[in-house]
Amino acid sequence: MTKPVKQIHLAAHFPGVNNTTVWSDPAAGSQIEFESFAHLARTAERAKFDFLFLAEGLRLREQNGLIYDLDVVGRPDTFTVLAALAAVTERLGLAGTINSTFNEPYEVARQFASLDHLSGGRAAWNVVTSWDAFTGENFRRGGYLPQELRYERAEQFLRAAFTLFDSWHGDEILADKESGVFLRDPQAGQFAVRSSQFDIAGHFNVPRSPQGRPVIFQAGDSDAGREFAARSADAIFSRHGTLEAGRAFYADVKGRLAKFGRRADELKILPAATFVLGDTDAEAQEKAHAVRLQQVSGPTALRFLEQVWNRDLSDHDPDGPLPEIDPDPGEHTVAKGRASVRMFGDPLATAAKWRALADAKKLSIRQLVIEVSGRQNFIGSPATIAAQINEFVQTDASDGFILVPHLTPGGLDEFADTVVPLLQERGVFRAEYTGTTLREHLGLERASWAKRRR
Amino acid sequence: MAFAPLHLAVALEGAGWHPAAWREPAALPDELLTGRYWTELIQEAERGLIDYVTIEDAHALQSSLPDRPDERIDQVRGRLDAVLIAARVAPLTRHIGLVSTASVTHTEPFHLSKAIASLDYAAKGRAGVRVKVAWSAYEAALFGRRPIPAFSIEEHDLPLVRELIQVLFEEAADVVEVLRRLWDSWEDDAEIRDASTGRFIDRDKLHYIDFEGRWFHVKGPSITPRPPQGQPVVTVLAHDTVPYRLAARAADIVYVTPTDWPTAQAIVAQVRAQQEIARRGHETLHVFGDLVVFLGRTAKEAQQRKQRLDEAAGEEYTSDAHIFTGTAAQLADLLLEWQAAGLSGFRLRPGAIPDDLAAITGALVPELQRRGAFRREYDAETLRGLLGLPRPVNRYAPTGAAS
Repeated sequence: MTKPVKQIHLAAHFPGVNNTTVWSDPAAGSQIEFESFAHLARTAERAKFDFLFLAEGLRLREQNGLIYDLDVVGRPDTFTVLAALAAVTERLGLAGTINSTFNEPYEVARQFASLDHLSGGRAAWNVVTSWDAFTGENFRRGGYLPQELRYERAEQFLRAAFTLFDSWHGDEILADKESGVFLRDPQAGQFAVRSSQFDIAGHFNVPRSPQGRPVIFQAGDSDAGREFAARSADAIFSRHGTLEAGRAFYADVKGRLAKFGRRADELKILPAATFVLGDTDAEAQEKAHAVRLQQVSGPTALRFLEQVWNRDLSDHDPDGPLPEIDPDPGEHTVAKGRASVRMFGDPLATAAKWRALADAKKLSIRQLVIEVSGRQNFIGSPATIAAQINEFVQTDASDGFILVPHLTPGGLDEFADTVVPLLQERGVFRAEYTGTTLREHLGLERASWAKRRR
Repeated sequence: MAFAPLHLAVALEGAGWHPAAWREPAALPDELLTGRYWTELIQEAERGLIDYVTIEDAHALQSSLPDRPDERIDQVRGRLDAVLIAARVAPLTRHIGLVSTASVTHTEPFHLSKAIASLDYAAKGRAGVRVKVAWSAYEAALFGRRPIPAFSIEEHDLPLVRELIQVLFEEAADVVEVLRRLWDSWEDDAEIRDASTGRFIDRDKLHYIDFEGRWFHVKGPSITPRPPQGQPVVTVLAHDTVPYRLAARAADIVYVTPTDWPTAQAIVAQVRAQQEIARRGHETLHVFGDLVVFLGRTAKEAQQRKQRLDEAAGEEYTSDAHIFTGTAAQLADLLLEWQAAGLSGFRLRPGAIPDDLAAITGALVPELQRRGAFRREYDAETLRGLLGLPRPVNRYAPTGAAS
C-alpha cells in the first residue's frame, strides 16, 4: 500500500531579534518600518504560502547587566502589524505570538477575534508562556507567576479564550432594517469563567469571527508543552531540524492525539527552518559559510559562550581557544530575557563536549560557535532544497516548515521564485489558494461552536 | 486665511451615533465588522481633508445603560478593537490621522504604548490615541484583575464615588506618562548598525523609564523604537473638572461638550486654568468641541431625517454632546461662532453613517473652504503636523541635542 502524497505547508517567519538575522549585510533593510513587513508578506502570498509569522517582544534582552546590542534590537507590536498586513494581502494567514502570562483573556480574545474579522478569517495565535520577574518589570503585576504554574495559566487562558470565542455562535446578528431587530439573542456573548487563575464574567463584545476561533499554535517542547498541544492546538511550531529528531517528535506528538479524541491530521507539525540557496550545491555551501561568518562575529561568539558559561568572558579572544575556567553551574545570571539559555542543559557537560570538539578540530571560540550553533537547515540548489523539504514531509518528519530568512525584507524572494515552482511541479504544494481562510489553507475544519467543547 | 485654522475630526462609531442609524436606507449594518467598511469610511473622510478620525471602543458590549448590558435587540451590538481597525486602514490611507480609543484602567500601559507606536509606523506618522477610563464594576469583571465597587449613576456625587473616579483619572494620567516615557525611551538615532564594532544599537541611547507610581511600575525601555511622530497624539473626552485636569496634565487635544457660545467660553477657561496649574501653559493643548450632527440639504430635510430616526428608535435621541440638526451652512456658522469662544476645532459625531459623513465631506467642508476657514489640501505629512504640533524633543536626549 502506498501512502497518499502529502501536501506541504509553508510559512514565512519575519527575521527576528537573534543572530540568525544578518543586519550588517548591505541588502538588509529596516526591522521596524511597515514596508519591510509588507514586502515579506507580499512575497509569501505570491508564493502561496499558508501564513506569515511574527514573534513577540516584551523586554529587551540583557547580558552582563546591559542591553544586548549585537543582534537586532526592537520590533513593533504583533497585533498592530498583523492587522495592517491584512490590508496589503488577501489570502495569507497572519500568525502571531502572544504571551499568556502578561495578558488577560478578555483583551487577547477581543484582539484575535477582531484580527480574524478584519482579515476575513486569517488569524492565528501562537500561545506562549513565561514567568520571569525580569519580563514582569514592564507589567502591572510584575513577576507574579511561579514557574510551575505557567502551563496551568496558559491552559486556563486558552480555555477562557475559547469560552469567549464560543460565546457568540455566529447566527445572532440579523440586522433586519424592516423589523428593527438587530440581534436575535439578547444574551449573545454572555460568559463566565471561574478557575484557579481566572474569575471573569460578562458579555464578550466581538461577534463570532469568520474562522470561529483563530488557528492555535503551540511552541514549547517539554512534555507539558506537548500535552498542551495535543489537547488544544491546531499546529506546533517545533524546533526539530533533522530527519531523525523530526520523525521521533512527529510520532510522539501525533501519538498523543487519540486520547483527546483527535485525528492525526488535526494537528500540523511545522518546524522552523533556515535555508541558503545557490545555483549549485557547492555554491550554496560557500554562501552558507559566508552567512555563518556574518551571523557569528567575534563579539557574538563570546556573548554566546557566556550564555553557557554563565560568566563574563569579555577578556577572552574570540579567535583564541575556549576558556580554561569551567562554567558557573549556579543560577543563571549573565543573560536575561533569553529563552534559549534553558536549552543548553547541563552547562558543565556542554562545556566538556565543546572542548573535546574544539580540541579535535582545532577550533577557536568563534569557529566552535559557528560549528555548534544554528547551522542552516537546508543548503543547496533549488532542486536539492525542494527534494529535502519534500522528503521531510513525505516521511513524516514534519507537515511543512516555517522558513526563517536571514535577510529582511528580501530573504524569501529567491525561495519563492526558485523552490516553490519545483514543489508545485511535484504536485506537493498548491499552485493557487483554494480557500480564503487560514483554517482552509491548513486543512483544518472551521471551529464550530457546537462541536468543539474541549 | 481670514480665520485661525479650523481643525475637524470625525468620530466614527458603528453605523453612526443615533441608535437607529443602522436602519437608515444607506446604512450597512451587515458590514460593521469588516475591514472594507472601515476602510471606505476613513477614505471618505480623507477625501474631505479631515484632520483625523477617532474610532470609538470599549470593552463592554454596547448598552443604552451606562454601567451594564441592557439586553436590547434593536440596536447595534458587537464591535472590533479600535487600534486594530486603525492598523487595518493605515496602509490604505495617506494623510488622515487615525486616533483609536483605548481603555486604560484594566490594560497594560506597556502593550498600549507599543501598539500606538506601531500604528504610528504603519501609518507613517498619523497615529493617536484617545485614552478612556473604565469606571464600572461590570467592565472590571470582564478582566477580573481588580474589583471596582458597583454604584448607580445617581450615586455619582457620593464622596466615595467621587474619590473612586478621581483615583481612576489620576491613574489614567500615570498611564499617559508611561506611554510618553516609553515613546521617548529610544532616542531617534539609537539604531546605528555599526558593522565595525558589531553593534546594532548604541545602548546609551536607550533608556529605562523606571516609572514608579501609586498603582503600577514600568521599567522599560520600550521594545519598539521611537515612533515617527516622536510622540503620537494623545486625546481625552472630558465633561468635568476631574477629566479636564487629566487633559491639562497629559493630552494634546481635549474634547469638550458645550451647549452654546457662553458654555464653550466657560469650559475653555476652565481647561486653560487647569493647564496653568499643570504648568503646561506654554504647550499647545487644543480644545475641540464635540457635536452630534444630523445634516440635510435644507433644515427641514435634516429635521425630518432626525425625526425619522427618533421614531425608529421609539424615543428622542439624547447625548452628552450638543445635537446639531440643520444644513451644512448653518453648521459652518455655528462652528465659526464657537471657534471665536476659544475652541480650535471640532470633533463631529455623524448621527448616521454614511449620510452624515458624506454631508460633512461633501457639503460642510466645501462650505468652510468657501469661507476661507478650512484647508484646500493636506499640508503636512504627520498628524502632529496637521494639528500644528511640533515634533517634540526627546526627554531623554542630552540637552542641546536635536530632537
